[in-house]
Amino acid sequence: MNILSLFVLIPLLMLGGLWAARGIKAIRSVMVAGSTALLALSVVLTYLYLSERGAGNTADMLFRADLVWYAPLHIAYSVGVDGISVAMLLLSAIIVFTGTFASWRLQPLTKEYFLWFTLLSMGVFGFFISIDMFTMFMFYEIALIPMYLLIGVWGSGRKEYSAMKLTLMLMGGSAFLLIGILGIYFGSGATTMNILEIAGLHNIPFAQQCIWFPLTFLGFGVLGALFPFHTWSPDGHASAPTAVSMLHAGVLMKLGGYGCFRIAIFLMPEAANELSWIFLILTGISVVYGAFSACVQTDLKYINAYSSVSHCGLVLFAILMLNQTAATGAVLQMLSHGLMTALFFALIGMIYGRTHTRDVRELQGLMKIMPFLSVCYVIAGLANLGLPGLSGFVAEMTIFVGSFQNFDVFHRTLTIIACTSIVITAVYILRLVGKILYGTCTNKHHLELTDATWDERVAVIGLIVCVAGLGMAPFWISSMISDSVAPIVTHLIP
Amino acid sequence: MDYSQFLHMREELSLIAVLVILFIADLFVSPDNRKNGKSPILNTMLPVVLMTIHTVVNFFPSEAADVFGGMYHYVPMHTVIKSVLNIATLIVFFMAHEWMKREDTAFKQGEFYVLTLSTLFGMYLMISAGHFLMFFIGLETASIPMAALVAFDKYRHNSSEAGAKYILTALFSSALLLFGLSLIYGTCGTLYFDDMPQHINGSTLQIMAFVFFFAGMGFKLSLVPFHLWTADVYEGAPSTVTAYLSVVSKGSAAFVLLTVLIKVFAPMVQNWQEVLYWITIASITVANLFAVRQQNLKRLMAFSSISQAGYIMLGVIGGTAQGMSSLVYYVLVYAAANLGVFAVITIIALRSGKTTLEDYAGLYKTNPKLSFLMTLSLFSLAGIPPFAGFFSKFFIFMAAFQSGFHLLVFIALVNTVISLYYYLLIVKAMYITPSENPIPTFRSDNYTRIGLAICTIGIIGLGIASIVYQSIDKLAFGL
Repeated sequence: MNILSLFVLIPLLMLGGLWAARGIKAIRSVMVAGSTALLALSVVLTYLYLSERGAGNTADMLFRADLVWYAPLHIAYSVGVDGISVAMLLLSAIIVFTGTFASWRLQPLTKEYFLWFTLLSMGVFGFFISIDMFTMFMFYEIALIPMYLLIGVWGSGRKEYSAMKLTLMLMGGSAFLLIGILGIYFGSGATTMNILEIAGLHNIPFAQQCIWFPLTFLGFGVLGALFPFHTWSPDGHASAPTAVSMLHAGVLMKLGGYGCFRIAIFLMPEAANELSWIFLILTGISVVYGAFSACVQTDLKYINAYSSVSHCGLVLFAILMLNQTAATGAVLQMLSHGLMTALFFALIGMIYGRTHTRDVRELQGLMKIMPFLSVCYVIAGLANLGLPGLSGFVAEMTIFVGSFQNFDVFHRTLTIIACTSIVITAVYILRLVGKILYGTCTNKHHLELTDATWDERVAVIGLIVCVAGLGMAPFWISSMISDSVAPIVTHLIP
Repeated sequence: MDYSQFLHMREELSLIAVLVILFIADLFVSPDNRKNGKSPILNTMLPVVLMTIHTVVNFFPSEAADVFGGMYHYVPMHTVIKSVLNIATLIVFFMAHEWMKREDTAFKQGEFYVLTLSTLFGMYLMISAGHFLMFFIGLETASIPMAALVAFDKYRHNSSEAGAKYILTALFSSALLLFGLSLIYGTCGTLYFDDMPQHINGSTLQIMAFVFFFAGMGFKLSLVPFHLWTADVYEGAPSTVTAYLSVVSKGSAAFVLLTVLIKVFAPMVQNWQEVLYWITIASITVANLFAVRQQNLKRLMAFSSISQAGYIMLGVIGGTAQGMSSLVYYVLVYAAANLGVFAVITIIALRSGKTTLEDYAGLYKTNPKLSFLMTLSLFSLAGIPPFAGFFSKFFIFMAAFQSGFHLLVFIALVNTVISLYYYLLIVKAMYITPSENPIPTFRSDNYTRIGLAICTIGIIGLGIASIVYQSIDKLAFGL
């Protein structure tokens, strides 16, 4: 049994367990057991990966397993990981684990909720381990569709509208993606769906690349909140229940960036060199526009959702810089943003669960009422604006250093423009913190509220440890990522 | 005459045996039992058992053969498509149990089975025809009893009206088709499929003949712009018959169209590809846009089935072997999913008489299992993994893409998003929309449950078990 297949098998077993579970306790124990197992598995995988690399194994992908699935169509269930996927798997496992605790007291239809939640995480894990385009696309769609019910049934606010908008926009993106995948498959001679083999063949004609690259990039870009296709994200995040927002902003949006890098850029390097400028402008707009939009929002979740647009825009922005430092920064940013945005959404969910409002204008002086949550909120905010010592700084620093390595005026101007987002982020975060946490609370009902319960503390502390850990000791993970980025980036140099 | 020739027609013979046994058994039902629907032989059990035996016996293909001087032509692929139709018919029989117990249908349940199997027999002949006369006989055998089935609930105004509509359009389309055939006969001097390609040269008269032929087939498949009868007939017909019409009738017609195009019209490939190109775009897009506005679930599914026929045409358009295998696979998967949806619609319509989208609000609270199965089926129809619909859609897109129809595939893909919208409307009604008086909780009968179980196994298993597609692929042939 391949260690990677366990990432799909455990969620499958969890689905079975949930199906059979009777009563809230059984459901919770299945979820805790499963998500702990996944977390442990991803830690073990990271350790095994590092020791394998340390032993001098230089293959592109480790822990490979291939199982021919549809022989006439060259479809296989192929798995394998490099440093990027290991980092993403670790992130996903952390978020699923903390997400389970963040939805500890969710009502009603708890069982159905966790069924869809687990299906979603299965899609995410499957996506990160796959190296066959078909399997990858399949898991990608498995991860998308549960969102509809998760938001539609358990969400709040304009949930029906947001759920439908999100699902249709993402599915529209995957329509682009599917045609791109078919284009790549037939363009490379229709002999394999395996990404590594297609990259090895390196024979997609340039004219075809110029058609399939934009389509594929756009397809994944929709999920990565690429301007102007980001509009599903604020509505979706605002309406989703806490753990779903966490999983969605924390992991699902990373599928977009990962896919752009792994499929669009890796397989069609010539077109990437030729056409990256178009998407650079779009992502540049995402970065700045997202940050400015966050400044004027009054709903806590909308603020964070626009902040996500800005930060995920930075991921795609860095990927399109097409050099090793920037790409490493992009993956670090995925990790860092995943962790801190999950932390943010968890905290917002907890605050909302108590005050029943997310409106910034109605919240005040929370620091005295719920000190634990408020301190954590400040930490999350500081990570978001890139304070050294927390994860955001490491990622953004690497990205901007990498971006500035491009010598031409175009790239450098865009980098400078994108850099302004750091300042704007500081503006909205500090204003927000000052507004809702400090001052004196005027609302009598809020004075009687309590601080975090034990399950909430587990979720929040777990995430803060990761955010701080990544900020304090980034080098082991950044060198792991950097080594794996290298083979993809070398493809790009003509 | 060499009677051993008949052995190559074992599928038809075995179906006739089933038909005759049921016909005779029906004669021996006592008048009392007939009235109260408690006939010991016919009460779903006998037809189901016979149909199962028939399906199993004819499951494995035999050697290709030409019978009766080429009038009847058998290739192993025919067994596959016939098995698909058999299984679908079997599921329809399971679904029919509840309906057959009703007072106004109980006394004529024998007729239902005999009529259904007659149409199936017609489709068999159509599939294996090697001559246009044989083909036409099959076509008529398939459509005339169908009109009786559509009008089966004869005390219901809608049903009779639908029957009249169906017979009129069916006859009109047959007339068109026949006119096309006569023109072809005029230019070729023969109606044998094997001899015709050498006379086909794409002359104006032959193109005209092809257009007439295609229009006739278009009616059967309910492709846009020949779809106008579909919504009314689907809505008026009893739900079980609608299910049969949308799956079995459509599936066989699609396969037949592909084989005729490959065998007979091969030299005119450019012409028919162009026709199909536009028809496919029109079918998928128009049907999807109409489906969005529907309130009645049966009408919604009617438009959905028109657009699904458009997707099936993606497998036809290339005329390749991969196109054929993905078409047959698509029909199989579509059968499982669509029959799943119709089984739920049927049982709910019979128990509560409700068929509109609003009525389904809050269904999950009262009937969670039915709603869940409905959701699975709808997701499969929309092409969401890990359900089989995703695989079949992917393969059929792949087949069309391989033949160079990139833009067509893209349009079809964009349309899947629209179709997802209206399928999600049903899901939304069941799970999200609150309701004052939802459909009350009920237990469905065992036959419907078995039918639903087969559908669910198909929806989940057909995609993951790659052996199904691979065995179909081995037998496929193309231009």
